[in-house]
Amino acid sequence: MSINRRQFLKMVGVSTVVGIGGTAVFNGLRNSGLEAAQTSPDPRTLTAKRWGFVVDTSKLQSDEDYQKCIDACHSIHNVPDLSGLPEEIRKRQEVKWIWTDNYERTFPTAPEDEYQNPELKEKKFFLFCNHCAQPACVRVCPTKATFKRKDGIVMQDMHRCIGCRFCMAACPFGARSFNWRDPRGKDDNGKPFVNPEKENKEYPTRMIGVVEKCTACTERLAKGMQPACAEASNGAILFGDLEDPNSEVRKIIATKYTIRRKPELGTQPSIYYVIGGGEHAG
Amino acid sequence: MYDSGKIIAGLIVFVLLVTFPFISNMGKASAKPKPSIDTPVINEMAVKKCVEPKEFMRAEHMQLLNNWRDSVVRNGDRIYVNTAGQSYNMSLQNTCMNCHSNKKKFCDECHNYMAVNPYCWSCHIQPKEQPNEQPKENML
Ligand code: SF4
Ligand code: SF4
Repeated sequence: MSINRRQFLKMVGVSTVVGIGGTAVFNGLRNSGLEAAQTSPDPRTLTAKRWGFVVDTSKLQSDEDYQKCIDACHSIHNVPDLSGLPEEIRKRQEVKWIWTDNYERTFPTAPEDEYQNPELKEKKFFLFCNHCAQPACVRVCPTKATFKRKDGIVMQDMHRCIGCRFCMAACPFGARSFNWRDPRGKDDNGKPFVNPEKENKEYPTRMIGVVEKCTACTERLAKGMQPACAEASNGAILFGDLEDPNSEVRKIIATKYTIRRKPELGTQPSIYYVIGGGEHAG
Repeated sequence: MYDSGKIIAGLIVFVLLVTFPFISNMGKASAKPKPSIDTPVINEMAVKKCVEPKEFMRAEHMQLLNNWRDSVVRNGDRIYVNTAGQSYNMSLQNTCMNCHSNKKKFCDECHNYMAVNPYCWSCHIQPKEQPNEQPKENML
């Protein structure tokens, strides 16, 4: 029996749809006659070759504007709020995905001199995981709990983390926090670290003894949404594909003066900070 | 024989002690677990169907959940197309528990009987067990 070209193409098409060309992941289910079960990405997912950020805090006026972005991230990800603990302990045990710091501490190795624009030294910058192209954290993680996704996001698999904190030692940017306490617990005044009234019921918490950090909102990207901080930032945080020369982030990097944190360490951070930004700047 | 009284009494006490758990439980075989599917969302379903057939879910749900986890967290694939061709968002917290909002009467029922203690709930937030939950989007 011979088939013609048209029949052949039909067969190829059908078998691709049915899944022979898709991702047949469910090896374990084979025996149970479930070989047709398939997984696929959500069609709404935003995709890129290498996700990155441009941060331009000249777009933010007040401390509340900064806080809005931090709260947006920390509330939807059920990040424990340890502010009720005594200052000494809080400083050491704090869990943060995104926070702020001054120029000197954000760019400790950037060249500076006494004549530099004093405003720069006063300015606050957003800090969060750089989703480095050569991430130190991924290289050291013994369980592959932290790994790099195909779209450049450095992801944390909480199910696998054994809490060894190698990644925290390796990350030169302090982007990672260890859960010294059970995020479901309470401080001495009985205030829960994650408020059950305000928690995001669609997102998990973490457990004691794992390391957490910014995940570039992979759960939001999968629904076609921007990262929460970017959405709340009034344009101060832009998110886009660093490998696409026509992306917004690339256009800004190409036309404005931007720097990255500690680039000399070779981790290739994916956050670009716009410096200056007044009327004299590009 | 010396002290036979004491020895026999001791033996009786010993045998009683050792067999006490068995004797005291005699006739009261602990009830077989009966996981309940009486939840608002399930009750509203015209055809009460899980993502895969009941027998499969009963035997393999842990395997399925492991696969779901790896698929979502590690590959970023969040959609499960089941053997009947229907699509689901792979999420314990948002899909499974949306229907099975009665964790105590559903999950715990068998897990307690089998004395297994899965640590899903150290991180995943379990549904508040009240009858008036809001149904969430789960089918795509
Ligand atoms: S900033 Fe730190 S945690 Fe984030 S990818 Fe780079 S090395 Fe890893
Ligand atoms: S603490 Fe967790 S994520 Fe970090 S290196 Fe150890 S296992 Fe990997």
